[in-house]
Amino acid sequence: MIIAMPVEGKTMSACINKSFGRTQYFLVYNTETQQKTFLANAAANAQGGAGIQASQFIVDQDTKALLVPMIGKNSADVLKGAGVELYITSGCSISDNITAFLNGKLESLTQIHAGFHDHGGK
Amino acid sequence: MKKLLILSGKGGTGKTTVSSSFIKLSQTKAYADCDVDAPNLHLMVDTPSEPTTKSFYGLPKAHIDAQKCIDCGQCMEHCRFNAINNDDGYVVDFYACEGCGVCEYVCPADAISMQKATAGNLILYKDNTVFSTAKLNMGFGNSGMLVAEVKSQLDDEAPDAEFAVIDGSPGIGCPVIASISGVDMVLVVTEPSLSGISDMARVIDTAQGFMVDCSVCINKYDINVENTEKIEEICRNRNIPMTGRIPFDNMVVGAVNKGISITDINCPAGKAIKEVYQNTMEIFKTETGETE
Amino acid sequence: MKIAILSGKGGTGKTLVSVNLAAVCNDSTYIDCDVEEPNGHIFFKPIIEDESDIKVLIPVCDDTKCTGCRECVEFCNFNALAHVNGSLMIFEDICHSCGGCKLVCPENAITEKEKTIGKIKIGKSDETTIISGIMNTGEESGVPIIDELLNRDFKDTEYYFIDCPPGSSCSVMESIKDADYCILVTEPTIMGLHDFKMVYELVSLFKKSHSVVLNKCSSEHNPTKQYCLDENINILMEIPYDNELALLNSQGKIVARESKKFNKMFSVLLDAVLMEVHK
Repeated sequence: MIIAMPVEGKTMSACINKSFGRTQYFLVYNTETQQKTFLANAAANAQGGAGIQASQFIVDQDTKALLVPMIGKNSADVLKGAGVELYITSGCSISDNITAFLNGKLESLTQIHAGFHDHGGK
Repeated sequence: MKKLLILSGKGGTGKTTVSSSFIKLSQTKAYADCDVDAPNLHLMVDTPSEPTTKSFYGLPKAHIDAQKCIDCGQCMEHCRFNAINNDDGYVVDFYACEGCGVCEYVCPADAISMQKATAGNLILYKDNTVFSTAKLNMGFGNSGMLVAEVKSQLDDEAPDAEFAVIDGSPGIGCPVIASISGVDMVLVVTEPSLSGISDMARVIDTAQGFMVDCSVCINKYDINVENTEKIEEICRNRNIPMTGRIPFDNMVVGAVNKGISITDINCPAGKAIKEVYQNTMEIFKTETGETE
Repeated sequence: MKIAILSGKGGTGKTLVSVNLAAVCNDSTYIDCDVEEPNGHIFFKPIIEDESDIKVLIPVCDDTKCTGCRECVEFCNFNALAHVNGSLMIFEDICHSCGGCKLVCPENAITEKEKTIGKIKIGKSDETTIISGIMNTGEESGVPIIDELLNRDFKDTEYYFIDCPPGSSCSVMESIKDADYCILVTEPTIMGLHDFKMVYELVSLFKKSHSVVLNKCSSEHNPTKQYCLDENINILMEIPYDNELALLNSQGKIVARESKKFNKMFSVLLDAVLMEVHK
């Protein structure tokens, strides 16, 4: 299956990013083939609705599970609407979080916040 | 980096005066002004160096090429924001335009293009301290995104700083929410007026919605002691710690105007702010799990 | 005559001045354009005579007609749309109601419905007509409400006092667009001066006749007053900082109705304003 997470850089030593919608990169990981792909997030510089645009992007990668420290309401609505499962990450390490996920040790994310409102417009 | 954000809800309660005092007392090497519509912190702190600025682009604005325009009026008919006028040719009202792109889409003559518009400037003062701020241009919407940039700039330019003070925006809208994300605690500076009390409650609700804890201090408390006691009761009922009362002090204006920190002069408000600082930092250290 | 009162910096006394001028003026209307944080009603406590909802248009998608082409998602500059699991998701709080998605849809699958974003309330307090706009929390923009407040046909009075939002953003511009005169209220701090310069630039850009009220004055040097003198900006009045005024104001009282001293002060200010307005 395909899983994804927001990351601060394009290497496995980068940290998990606290922001989902405005992260610079996503890591898309195939749990069967162990293939790792780092993709730039086009929504990072969006004037508004970054979470929505980022979520659309994640859904389009056929992602089945998203690993994040936290997520806003709009993003959660899109992802849940597409059947993507949400899990809370623990700490900074990408590989630790992937291992924890594969071992069923990551908790489901249930607490959604109202969104960072980091948009432009009137 | 641990971050303390100072908010007020209502404008004019003394948020920036308190922020600048905290910066002086903590001797922090990193601070930011997230009130991008009307930034004032730079007037209250020492900024020995010249700042560097970077343009910040907002939503694009429509532009009509008069040479290509065939005067069909389709753009004006479809614009929902009254942003296109016909005064001797079709012209876009720069400030009213919301950047939706409908006019560009409907124009049969390809005469309209959406152009990048500078919404403001991201500003950085960097010498032995890092001060991140910004200024939104007149007429643009309050930009939560520019606030997010101010904070990212602080993180990027002061990666080793342990503690930062952030002066937030007034109100409870998107720029305030954008400033709350990722901070460790909010200090609300309020005043004992009815609007002050109501706005304080809303700002606390907002911060708690992001699971960020708050503390409150009351500025100019002696203008209305009854309201001051009301505020303290509200906070007691909500389990929100009070970090002190600051009296109205007519020495403050003079000091502020001369660029002198009130913590450096012998005045009642200065003395009270020092106590508020001690109390706030004690709670902050407990919140952030630091031991002393 | 539409007189707009603005400040730049919050807390300088904009509402104090607009509420009290309206209170001492015969045949006047007070309009509260600070639709995010309206405060005028706290002072006037008007008897409400009429209320109406302010609405904008929001897209609705007929999923039976939608082919998932995503033209609308790609078009929307505000990212208010997402297409997942075979249906279009519309984020109403982000939508700017531009109507673009409806236009670009090749299948005519998008229609529009009304969404209430706020209210207008009309009332009376003694002889003054009070019109307030209130935006619902979480909404994108108060501009449609301000537009309605200033353009609808309300009861005709000779003077309208428009209490503007703080700052110099689009809501402020909308509020002063059709004003005949602007009063800039400021305070004697360098912060007040800094933000005063912003609104001074704004009224100059819009070519609005204007004057200044200096509030919370003391015997200390007043940098804002100095700036006005240097730039030849007309000063209508200097209101001294006054403990009694501060207390009454903090209690939500209209000071001109509570004391002869303040009634006289605001009557004198009103005369000065009207003299300028009618020049």
